[in-house]
Amino acid sequence: MYGNAYIDPNEVNKTHSVLADEDPKLLAEFEARIERGEKIEPKDWMPKEYRKQLIRMIEQHGHSEIIGALPEGTWITRAPGFKRKLALMAKVQDEVGHAQLLYSAAETLGKSREAMINDLITGKSKYSNVFNYPAFTWADACIIAWLIDAGAIINQVANAKGSYGPYCRALDRICTEESFHLKYGHDNVVTLATGTPVQRKMVQEALNRWWPPIMHFFGPSDKISSHTEILMKWKVKMATNDDMRQQFLNMYVPKIWDLGLTVPDANLKKNETTGKWEYTEPDWDEFKRVINGGGPCNAERLAVRRNAEERGRWVREALKAGQTAYVVPFA
Amino acid sequence: MNVAAIKELLYKVADDQLVIGHRNSEWTGLGPILEEDIAFSSMAQDKLGHAQGCYQILHDLGEANPDQIAFSRKADQFHNCQFVELPNGEYDFSLMRHFLYDHADQIRFEMFANSSFEPLAKLAKKVKGEIKYHVFHGNTWINKLSTANEVSKIRMQTALNESWNYALGIFEAGNFEAELKNEGIFEGENALQNKWLEVVCPLLEKAGLTIPEKSSWEPVLGGRKGYHLAHLEALVAEMSEVFQIDPTATW
Repeated sequence: MYGNAYIDPNEVNKTHSVLADEDPKLLAEFEARIERGEKIEPKDWMPKEYRKQLIRMIEQHGHSEIIGALPEGTWITRAPGFKRKLALMAKVQDEVGHAQLLYSAAETLGKSREAMINDLITGKSKYSNVFNYPAFTWADACIIAWLIDAGAIINQVANAKGSYGPYCRALDRICTEESFHLKYGHDNVVTLATGTPVQRKMVQEALNRWWPPIMHFFGPSDKISSHTEILMKWKVKMATNDDMRQQFLNMYVPKIWDLGLTVPDANLKKNETTGKWEYTEPDWDEFKRVINGGGPCNAERLAVRRNAEERGRWVREALKAGQTAYVVPFA
Repeated sequence: MNVAAIKELLYKVADDQLVIGHRNSEWTGLGPILEEDIAFSSMAQDKLGHAQGCYQILHDLGEANPDQIAFSRKADQFHNCQFVELPNGEYDFSLMRHFLYDHADQIRFEMFANSSFEPLAKLAKKVKGEIKYHVFHGNTWINKLSTANEVSKIRMQTALNESWNYALGIFEAGNFEAELKNEGIFEGENALQNKWLEVVCPLLEKAGLTIPEKSSWEPVLGGRKGYHLAHLEALVAEMSEVFQIDPTATW
């Protein structure tokens, strides 16, 4: 699973000045290839900014997968019954596998997995904001598996049509697995929503808690979002935040209502004239505060990850013994 | 068929699998490298599946259904050996336990594949194909880490020293050893332990590790009879937390 890549507005605004250094002929050829729908491969020429933005985006995606394994992973040991326990294990295992695929894709652009993980645990690089919220109950884990994974699929199906070959191929495989997660999550939520009064209460409360992070999931509104034209042109970013949010609401709000659950936003409705969903504008100050480290679980998530890295260091050191040369992953 | 003997056998094997599977799953998201996260998760899923298979046979013999057995009992009703309930500790201990336990598991299920009790023989034929990979994983890592550098070698030796007597506790005799053997259901814990020693000792020595002096061997017993460490109580409470909100509900 994954949220939309966070793009620092101060970074992207520099893009045009960065492009001034590029060879105009090579740049034109590069852009023409993307325009024709060709994929860019690791050894092909690419602008420095393209490489930088892709590394950041793929890396953030990879980080989201391993950090995302934490809130869900805590429910593996508490999952009720064999069926759920086995399925949740397999799901979270998939997420960790996605991190492995994504780090490999990012490595083809020249940044090592070790460097990426170091940037994660020192707080230098970001991951999806939703994982900075706690999963209080089993129902929270079910809502995550259904709706956060649903959001991730919308984002990833779009990005799979992007321009960088290794990332697209990783995403194709990831999306196939995510579609099973979605079924798993939906089945869980249906079971709770059609279950005992206690179960129905649990799942409604979880949905209420997760709605604001879900609305944040696709990133800031296009009205206030940073300038990403060049990223769209290079097919690094494939859909705008608001388009993806609309797609999500269109697909999932009716399903939520079908289950007799309510969405905690009195203004949420589909405008039949425009075909667009109307909703209360999410609190983007809160979004920024959380992404910059002020969320309820940021410190805990990074501490857990840092601890895992430290405890595992001796193993990684031991693996290096007898290793001769670094091998670039095949992606 | 001696049903009481079969039930005792199945309970202890299933509980071992459930508890070690649960412990393996606790590495999710926390492994030393992503690949090991994934490996431990795969093994955890297999173990859970093996536990479920054994509980299903018990259910067919008139016991409660697998979910009720696994998620509704108290710690003192579990028959796993104490080895599997110990917390994961560091990766060295988890790996050593996995190696020692899975070799015993492999030999046990190979024996079960020839059992006169058909449901068990049938299950074992499927299960042993999966355990083969667990053993392969354990062998590879024990060998790698025991020979890589000074730190890793000392860690693995320490893990072996700490694990050994607990591992011997896997082979705690049951109440029906003679009956099981006479009826061709299972060759018995003693035969299993002997075969296990024949397999693991040369592998550990090949990896440069020293097996604890025989005079210090003191199997940690009691698990099979329901005597457990506080760790199991905590594990069982956590495992059944959601299920117990309403054991009659569909989850």
